[in-house]
Amino acid sequence: MIQIEKLKKTYRTRGRTVTAVDGVDLHVREGEIFGVLGRSGAGKSTLLRCVNLLERPDSGRVVVDGRDLAALPERRLRAARQRIGMIHQHFGLLTSRTVAGNVAFPLEVMGVPRRERARRVAELLELVGLTEHAKAYPAQISGGQKQRVGIARALAGRPRVLLSDEATSALDPETTASILQLLRDLNRELGLTILLITHEMEVVKRICDSAAIMRAGRLVESGPLSELLTRPGSQLARDLFPLPPAQTRPGATVVDVTFVGDTADRPFISTLARTYSIDVNILGGAVEQIGDRRVGRLRIELPGDPDANAAQLAHLRDAGLTVEVLDAAARPEVVA
Amino acid sequence: MTWDEITPLLRDATLETLQMTWWSSLFTALGGLLLGVLLVLTDRTGLLPVPPLHQVLGAIVNVGRSLPFIILMVAILPFTRAVTGTTIGTTAAIVPLAVAAIPFYARLVETALREVDPAVIAAARAMGASRRQIVGKVLLREARPGLVAGLTVTVIALIGYSAMAGAIGGGGLGDLAVRYGYQRFETGVMVATVVVLIVLVQLIQMLGDLLARRLTHR
Repeated sequence: MIQIEKLKKTYRTRGRTVTAVDGVDLHVREGEIFGVLGRSGAGKSTLLRCVNLLERPDSGRVVVDGRDLAALPERRLRAARQRIGMIHQHFGLLTSRTVAGNVAFPLEVMGVPRRERARRVAELLELVGLTEHAKAYPAQISGGQKQRVGIARALAGRPRVLLSDEATSALDPETTASILQLLRDLNRELGLTILLITHEMEVVKRICDSAAIMRAGRLVESGPLSELLTRPGSQLARDLFPLPPAQTRPGATVVDVTFVGDTADRPFISTLARTYSIDVNILGGAVEQIGDRRVGRLRIELPGDPDANAAQLAHLRDAGLTVEVLDAAARPEVVA
Repeated sequence: MTWDEITPLLRDATLETLQMTWWSSLFTALGGLLLGVLLVLTDRTGLLPVPPLHQVLGAIVNVGRSLPFIILMVAILPFTRAVTGTTIGTTAAIVPLAVAAIPFYARLVETALREVDPAVIAAARAMGASRRQIVGKVLLREARPGLVAGLTVTVIALIGYSAMAGAIGGGGLGDLAVRYGYQRFETGVMVATVVVLIVLVQLIQMLGDLLARRLTHR
């Protein structure tokens, strides 16, 4: 649905050149929610603004719904933008218009006749649960409600793609949860493809099907969430499940075990302990609900050197778990 | 002078002041808005960046604002004649008043437009709005309270400037105060003029504040 190839964007400020996006390839499949995670300054906002050409990339290609936007003349580009919804961290609502007026705005831009506009506005407000606030001004409603207005407005042109620029970053945790739920519902009910950027792991954890981590203008990891989580050495897995610093010592083996879905329901530790008559020490761990699945990571300690534990490790792998052995030289990773 | 003698003088002078202020304010509002919008659009980070044009416009505005009104009024006499066909009287005074106030208001417009939340402009662009739509439906509309407040300040400044229009026979309250109150030591006329001016300015400020408040939904 969104295909980004070798995208590059640099800024020149006071003689200094800053590369915000440095050769990014990204593919968002139809109907999925794709999250780009990164700290501020990582270039994710620029990346997103290149998708609907609010920023013009220096090089590379952006194809949205089969159209190469950069190749379009101004008028056609504007028409294409009407089919790409966008929501913003600070909402970007017109303070001089009511809630209904804000939702009507994109319809006016598109030249929808007045009568049909009113009908569509009512429909959209219903969809986001704001019917009774239609006549309120943005200053009179809460942050969560403002973002709902933003979402209703973004959907006015019946877009197939929604871009979300830190849409929940200015909201409290409960409001964030309700907005994320709304996005999830819209994704399922309307088949809306969503590309979002965020610095909150929670957002990725709750609603994303796929994710990428962006750092200094590049994607360091990218793919479906379940695959990333079980990929050995994955930064995303480490960020999702911060484990305590590893204390490796001679005569013991420290192992990180990641389990997804079905394997999470099996008592693999007690089986391991019983089968090999060993004491398994749990050093740390976490189990989380990611989308519809349970995913967990445990750091355990087995008696004996890694070489002596080959059978035990094979046993874990055979059970469908992702197993990473921490060797004594490994430095504990700094958690992002 | 008796009150019966002062009254017709005061009435005529008030009407002249109102006439000069009204027309010059009208032209200033239009010219100032146009110039202010152009200043914002053509800026390096604007919606239609043309930095050289921006610099030229900025320089013109600064020149216009540097000249004392009394000098400007005389300096543009040929222009005034070309527009109105005369260089004396109330109508002739309207031209230099507008010429002086347009750059003043343009700067206030520019400031008000820059106050508009960039996120709203980005949102409008993302929706596929054209530049014309962004200027009309976003910039000018969102900035309305600031534009009204700026216009209020400008209109009051124009009343002040119009006092100098007497120098080219424009008449008005300022002229009355100078000729009778100052030159003929008619304290009664001076006091009456000052009172009318104070009431006028208060009324305009009140009206402006009221309108600005009604337009504010922040």
